[in-house]
Amino acid sequence: MSPDYGVFKTFAEANQWLAIWPELAYGTLALLLLMLEVLFPRYKNTLIPRVALTGQAILLVVLAATIRRVASPDAFGELLQFSVTGNIMRVFFAACGLAVCYIGGVYLKRERLPRVEFFHMVMVISAGMMLLVQSTHFIMLFVALETVTISLYLLVSYCRTSVASLEAGFKYLIQGGLSSAILLFGMVLIYGSAGNPLLPGTAGDPLAYSDIRVFFELNAHNYVAVIGALMVVSGVCFKIAAVPFHVWVGDIYQGAPTPVTAFLAVASKASGFIVLLGLVLGPFLPLAYIFKPLLAALAVITILFGNIAGVGQQNVKRIMGMSGIAHAGYLLIGVVAAFSVEMAVSAILFYLFVYMLASFGVFSVMAHVSREDDSIMLLEDYGDLLKDNPFLGSVLVVGLGSLAGIPPLAGFMGKLILFIAAFQAQLYVLLGVAIVGVVISISYYFGWIKAAVFRNPEVEPVHSTLYIPSRTMRVFMGVLTLLTISVGLYQGILSFVF
Amino acid sequence: MNEPATTDGYLLLGAIAVPLVCSILLSATGRKAKGLVRPLALAGFLIPTVIAFMLWNTFSAEASGSGYLFMTQADLGLSSLGINLKLGLNGISMPLFLLASIVGLAAGVYAMRGDDENKHWYLVLLLIMQTGLLGVFASIDIFFFYFFHEFALIPTFIMIGLWGGRERRYAAMEMTIYLTLGAMLSLLGLIAVYTKSGLNSFDMISLKAHLAAMPLGDVVQQNIFALLLIGFGILVSLFPFHSWAPRGYAAAPASAAMLHAGVLKKFGLYGLVQIALPLLPAGAAHFSNMLLWLAAGNVVLIGLVTMTQTDLKRMLGYSSVMHMGYAFMGIAGFSIIGVSGAVLLMFAHGVSVALLFLLADCICRRTQTCEMPEMGGLFKKTPILCGFFVAASLASIGLPGFANFWGEFTIFVGLWQFSPAFAVVAITGIVISAIYGLRAVARIFYGPASAVVQDNTIEDLAICERTPAVILFVALIAVGVFPKLISDDINMAISDVYKAPVTTVAEPVVPATTQDISNHES
Repeated sequence: MSPDYGVFKTFAEANQWLAIWPELAYGTLALLLLMLEVLFPRYKNTLIPRVALTGQAILLVVLAATIRRVASPDAFGELLQFSVTGNIMRVFFAACGLAVCYIGGVYLKRERLPRVEFFHMVMVISAGMMLLVQSTHFIMLFVALETVTISLYLLVSYCRTSVASLEAGFKYLIQGGLSSAILLFGMVLIYGSAGNPLLPGTAGDPLAYSDIRVFFELNAHNYVAVIGALMVVSGVCFKIAAVPFHVWVGDIYQGAPTPVTAFLAVASKASGFIVLLGLVLGPFLPLAYIFKPLLAALAVITILFGNIAGVGQQNVKRIMGMSGIAHAGYLLIGVVAAFSVEMAVSAILFYLFVYMLASFGVFSVMAHVSREDDSIMLLEDYGDLLKDNPFLGSVLVVGLGSLAGIPPLAGFMGKLILFIAAFQAQLYVLLGVAIVGVVISISYYFGWIKAAVFRNPEVEPVHSTLYIPSRTMRVFMGVLTLLTISVGLYQGILSFVF
Repeated sequence: MNEPATTDGYLLLGAIAVPLVCSILLSATGRKAKGLVRPLALAGFLIPTVIAFMLWNTFSAEASGSGYLFMTQADLGLSSLGINLKLGLNGISMPLFLLASIVGLAAGVYAMRGDDENKHWYLVLLLIMQTGLLGVFASIDIFFFYFFHEFALIPTFIMIGLWGGRERRYAAMEMTIYLTLGAMLSLLGLIAVYTKSGLNSFDMISLKAHLAAMPLGDVVQQNIFALLLIGFGILVSLFPFHSWAPRGYAAAPASAAMLHAGVLKKFGLYGLVQIALPLLPAGAAHFSNMLLWLAAGNVVLIGLVTMTQTDLKRMLGYSSVMHMGYAFMGIAGFSIIGVSGAVLLMFAHGVSVALLFLLADCICRRTQTCEMPEMGGLFKKTPILCGFFVAASLASIGLPGFANFWGEFTIFVGLWQFSPAFAVVAITGIVISAIYGLRAVARIFYGPASAVVQDNTIEDLAICERTPAVILFVALIAVGVFPKLISDDINMAISDVYKAPVTTVAEPVVPATTQDISNHES
């Protein structure tokens, strides 16, 4: 009897592997790196980083070029949904991965750490995040999330010789594990309620977004399911570091290697926001009566906490952590606005891009201004940076200015568009809080700028080890800075988010 | 909406672009080609001034009422949000555009003296500031109006922090935080106008037309006006939001102080006259009484504080805060004559305060102190400096023959029609400013010579100090003797805008749509 090849044919056609070619390409590239290391151990510090960077750069360009080409939306059953937003976020994570590898190159060279594994894991995480933001099924969501998180545990404790890094990795493992557990428990509660045949609108697949939405439309007040939804959102809030799920930020940002901190601060946060948007505007939309006020309250305390806690910090990694919390708060305003204003989603995407450009600029400077111990990066190390190295100094000033939202830099446009969205959604109280937050934030951003730019005659500058950026890094940082300035002047560069 | 730009439109765009281009060239070449620094910077300040005078010449000839001339437009990628770079000048902005170019030229020339190693960076920042200042008054798009203001504000902070006098680090921080708050509040107000109008456009002309036909509800107008008033008020140092100004100006390097006190500070008043009052008449009417009280605080309380100052630069800082009170009083009356007077005073005060800061810096460098009681007897060594300073002080007091007189005079007339009591309060301000102004002259130039003045050879004004002083002085006298030079344009524009009676119409309909994420992805 001849085998029925039809089954394979259906399988191959139905699953449309081509639709996830970017993720597959990242996975292949990651594996290729490991293989190259085995085959050519002699070139592991020359050839392989080059392959990693070039490969990612090519992927980034191709992704950006095909940003409007959306694969048929319902490939892979209901596991993934392809959309323009998904493509935009693919570009975002590709850019993040590339930037982290660049910054990582500086850090790993200095600490004499193996590079291949680092690049490998960054690529795995990039692919994981791409899948994460496109998933429309809880199983897919959880698997992608764990791919990302577990790789991040490893990256956080990547510097095995540093106590701070190991401690941070351990803390991240425990707290991340807790948040995953909460998330999973929430999913289980929803699964149990939505699959309950006694309730109206019993879901055929109680883990798929579309079925859950139908269920919640009929059972918006089923308290077990609602608690499940709350737990799922709490798990996601851990990712975006919204208060009160922010406790991990300080220690882990400080202890993690600088490029990994950048990864956590930008890519991990962004993926959390897109997942959050997908959840509250997708399956949980019937629960808007809970989530709208809840997220608004979270936004208020997140903005206030992040900014106030940022003021007294002396360690710049912690400043970035606290400022990241504050930015999460501004973005939460966008999420709340997205309930009623369509344009808020574009505003969030725009904000994420400008936040990425500015943050990586600042983090790449941090990687060059570092003491022996990567976890101790104090404001005083920045004394007279602009004079000692005008290039690093100006990259830092532009990055911080953009984070602070100073025109004509891109960060200002991000805030402006976000505020317009919030205005259209009539979130006046949140806007007021955001303004207070922005004004407070000036004090720590400018405190940092002040330390780097204005000479202080009373204090002798502590000259920490200043690493002179290589030519590649100069190009990389120059591109980030130029983009930050030019997006502020000509927003058409990011027109694809609209 | 896409009118083809005229040649004059390109000239206007050019006037704004030239300083920016020069600053970029200067930052690229400054360190190597020392000889290029001064010509490049001079070009960056001089060309806009020439263009401004050419445009003003055409403008006066055309006399187009409240309409805008020299329009030009460019899309910067946010046209879907109604944001377009749209430039043009009307009767209110023309004099202020002229002011920016004149004061900019004076400050630029003054900044060129000396051979500091980092001189070119200072000039780069000053040129960026000049770009912003010219852009503020040329913007028809409200968003760019704000944008250019920040463009000019940021270099000020950096200049204070790097080249400022004592307490510069502290003053720069305080000013940054305070002015960011003001800018943020006014930004919120502007966004509120944008969203509430429902027009999806930041274009001032279409907003005016739209809101004239369908004014916003009273409460909405009041709320937005309150935001704008406090936001702009902080930026213009309205009492009690003024505390950043004296310390900031005392610490700022001279050219930065000239441009900030002379021109940039007028941003808030300009915003009130050009945007807030015409678009939100009911809101303005609601707050006019409160505004009068606060402005009286500026004039009387700050006036008294000014009298007690012994530090020359700080005294000038306070006096500039005080004089802003007059401008606010002119605006609060909401009459054609009062508002015209306010615009005229903005011009006159801009020129005179820039001249005062310039001369004060010349004095402090010569006497090696800013404390007036420690000065004295400078007249014998520097008669020309003394002459300029006396003239500038008299102008700032409001003596006839100087531009300030016409501004203050028309404001008092307008105020008398609105509230005679406040007019009396305002006029006492003249006495106060005469006291501190003349006392400063006496302390600095007359009396026994201080040790520094006695022992050193002190030169009178050098050429790079005299040129800017003459430029500013001529502007003061020209408008003072013949105010028609700018007052016709102002008057025409203001009578056109403010003739409309205050009316109230029902609440606007704000379309609220609920769409979810999937719509976005189509």
